[in-house]
Amino acid sequence: MNDQPEAGGPPPDETEAATGSAVAGATSAPEVVAVRQGAFGVSGSGDTSGFGGLVERVETPPSATRPFGGWFDEATDELELALADRGLPATEAVERIVIEHGEITYHVRREHLLQFAAALRNEPALRFEWCSGVSGVHYPQFSGKELHAVYHFTSITHGRSIRVEVSCPDDDPHIPSIVSLYPTNDWHERETYDFFGIVFDGHPALTRIMMPDDWVGHPQRKDYALNGVAVEYKGATVPPPDERRGYN
Amino acid sequence: MTDSQVRFDPGDDPDAAYTVAGGDWQTVLPAPEGEKQRVVVNMGPQHPSTHGVLRLVLEMEGETVTEARAGIGYLHTGIEKNLEYRSWVQGVTFVTRMDYLSPFFNETAYCLGVEKLLGITAEIPERATTIRVMMMELNRISSHLVALATGGLELGALTAMIFGFRERELILDLFEMITGLRMNNAYIRPGGLAQDLPDGADKQIGDTVKELRRRFKDTSDLLVDNAIWLARTQGIGYLDLESCMALGISGPVLRSTGLPYDIRKSEPYCGYETYEFDVATQTTCDMYGRFLIRLEEMQQSLNIVEQCLDRLRPGPVMVADKKIAWPSQLAIGADGMGNSLDHIRKIMGESMEALIHHFKLVTEGFRVPPGQVFTKVESPRGELGVHIVSMGGTRPYRVHYRDPSFTNLQAVPAMCEGGMVSDVIAAVAGIDPVMGGVDR
Repeated sequence: MNDQPEAGGPPPDETEAATGSAVAGATSAPEVVAVRQGAFGVSGSGDTSGFGGLVERVETPPSATRPFGGWFDEATDELELALADRGLPATEAVERIVIEHGEITYHVRREHLLQFAAALRNEPALRFEWCSGVSGVHYPQFSGKELHAVYHFTSITHGRSIRVEVSCPDDDPHIPSIVSLYPTNDWHERETYDFFGIVFDGHPALTRIMMPDDWVGHPQRKDYALNGVAVEYKGATVPPPDERRGYN
Repeated sequence: MTDSQVRFDPGDDPDAAYTVAGGDWQTVLPAPEGEKQRVVVNMGPQHPSTHGVLRLVLEMEGETVTEARAGIGYLHTGIEKNLEYRSWVQGVTFVTRMDYLSPFFNETAYCLGVEKLLGITAEIPERATTIRVMMMELNRISSHLVALATGGLELGALTAMIFGFRERELILDLFEMITGLRMNNAYIRPGGLAQDLPDGADKQIGDTVKELRRRFKDTSDLLVDNAIWLARTQGIGYLDLESCMALGISGPVLRSTGLPYDIRKSEPYCGYETYEFDVATQTTCDMYGRFLIRLEEMQQSLNIVEQCLDRLRPGPVMVADKKIAWPSQLAIGADGMGNSLDHIRKIMGESMEALIHHFKLVTEGFRVPPGQVFTKVESPRGELGVHIVSMGGTRPYRVHYRDPSFTNLQAVPAMCEGGMVSDVIAAVAGIDPVMGGVDR
């Protein structure tokens, strides 16, 4: 792990001043996560309700602005300092900060995840010694950020919990593995690879864990083909769940 | 394809997968030159003492385990994927089947997350929360009793097994009386509970608590100073604090290293901060310490159940918001549990609006605003976390369970390598994995 500040990094005082304002005020425009249509999920199924024309855009939640409230400000300050010590401006590593339901989410660029996680774990003021693993989410309509890896960290020392979200595009599904820092993520990353096809670079043995070794495809992806059920009655079939008419 | 035809040739097709059954690896991969013969023992997946369909691959030297690997996935049922095609309320009936020995924890963690997304956490009635806590603590006892019983069985202590299952039966009787089912209860629902406690339940729970206190003494008298039990458990499955933190091991295994980490204390939910109880710890880092912790936690859970009984006040068990609260009331009829006849009479005979409302909420369900949450509860096996993502629809977009059994099983190599094969059984029993939760 890289604990030492890099030689090429900017001086800490400059970085601190720059990042303090930049991350806090980062109000990037909301991006479209998904577009939901109609009331029944499936079009062309004889929807006579009149709701079939509904179009609803689901956007990313707004970026949080200072003051965040509670310990979020203090923790974010410490995080910016810790990243600056490692020669990494916080604005470069953290895309945006979102606070929802009393939970703080740091959207981290994948190329900086390892350094970010090292700061979380090693910095005494942060000390997020506990990782609750990684959970994948597939947003097929979130262009360029289809696959998300969501990590939850807890600091038992300070009694804090945060979420770190990293995204990667479908056509380049690579995210660095943090197993070297958090060995507990070994099986969690294998599970996320198995179900979503996210390749965690640097994982010691990234193999399938739930599905059989020779399984084709990654079942939790939204575009994974589901099976219908054949019914022995006049050749009928029950369509796969994602093609059935239902409320969405 | 016969064995002789299988050849390992990675240059041929990088995606090739080989499935080899039994001891046929030599047909695929020749034994390395100059290495002495290795004995690899496949324990499980169908083995009575691997706690369900867990496969342990053990490399042996005599009776000493030199390398241990756990293979899982044999009980994968795709519950997380299934949830994405069910309404938010139906989700409860799926998650309850994950870790089948702690259904109320799975349900509570899920419901707390859905309620957080809905923004109704503060509106959950007091009585519902108290009953949730009570059911979870009773469940903690029944789960620890299975850990004790199967652990005893695996080490040959059959009396411990009989005692454990006998006492668990008392708690399952309570579950059956309250929820109608012994397992897979689907009793805790987003917004509250499926139904209120039946008449006389508090007295029956109180009686059971007294009876359990008496019987737990039998169990501890039998095992705590038992020379054979000590010989089989002390110093077995050693895992220190550092390894626990690195491997993310929670629950009794973590507390056996002396760290009093319990989410009920560190990040209280369901009002746990208002209950009086102690976090049991030991400093032995071994199987015996975990056993003592489970005994103590059962006592503490009985204390919490009694406190719950004291503070139960009449009141609703579901949020007042009729757009979320499941409309039907369940009732026990002559043919078992079903919809309350009063409710059926009302919607079928008296109020068309009530019928429409019932129909819409049951078939369509409610919508949950877009967003994501992570909720954690302290299950009998440790940190049970749920990551829920909503897209604003009537169904979850993604639900992920961070099951403690799954994470804790990663400790098998650290606990078992260098030990005897018979101690592998003890170490796994100390982790107490439930494969339904591991594989989901």
